[in-house]
Amino acid sequence: MTEKAVIIVHSGDLDKIYSALIVANGALSMGMEASLFFTFWGLQRLKKDGLDKGPLSKMNFLGLGKWMVKNRMKKANVASLEKLMNDFKELGGKVIACEMTMEIMGIEPEQLQQDWIDEYGAVGTYVMEAREASINLFI
Amino acid sequence: MTETNIDVRGETCPVPLVECRKALRKASSGDEIIIVGTHPASKKEIPMACEAMGLEVMDIDENEDKEWKIRIRK
Repeated sequence: MTEKAVIIVHSGDLDKIYSALIVANGALSMGMEASLFFTFWGLQRLKKDGLDKGPLSKMNFLGLGKWMVKNRMKKANVASLEKLMNDFKELGGKVIACEMTMEIMGIEPEQLQQDWIDEYGAVGTYVMEAREASINLFI
Repeated sequence: MTETNIDVRGETCPVPLVECRKALRKASSGDEIIIVGTHPASKKEIPMACEAMGLEVMDIDENEDKEWKIRIRK
C-alpha cells in the first residue's frame, strides 16, 4: 500500500495555504498519496478565483504586509498557488470539500472551483482518509 | 529508451521536486530523466525521493556555479 499524507486545510490565510500545498506536493513528489480536506476558512480558498485571496496570518496590516510578502515571493521566484494546485492535481492529489462548511456559510457548489474538487464530504470522509495515513496535519 | 531533460535552474521549493516527479510519472521503465537546477536542498532531496520510490540515481554532478545535474533511471 502506498503511504499517504492527509491535511485538514482549516485556515484560509495565504501563508498557510502555501504550507499545505507545499507539503502536499512534496508528499506526492516523494511517491506518497496526498489528500487535502478543505474546511471552514480554508474552504473559502476553493471559491472561484479565491485561492490567493486570503490575508497573511501575521503582519497583514490591511493587506500591505501581504503585498510586501507577495513581492518578496515573486523576487525569490516562489511558485504561485495556482501552479501549486495544478501540480497537485496533475500528480494525482485529492481535494475534498467540507459539506458542513458549505451549509453553514451558504456556499453552493457552483461558487467553487469544481474542477479541482474530487469529493464532497464530512468528518467520516476525513477519518477514512486519515486512518491509514502516515502524515496527518491540521493547518 | 528515451531521455528527458528538465531545467529547473532558478526555481525554488517545491518546484524542482515536483517537476522531477511529473517527468518520472510520464516516463516508462528504463527511461532516463536528467534534471538540472540550482536550489541547494533539492540536490539532496531529489535523490531521497528516488530512493523512497525505489528508483536508481545514476549520477549527481555539481559545477563551480553551484548548478547541479542529476541523472535518474526509471
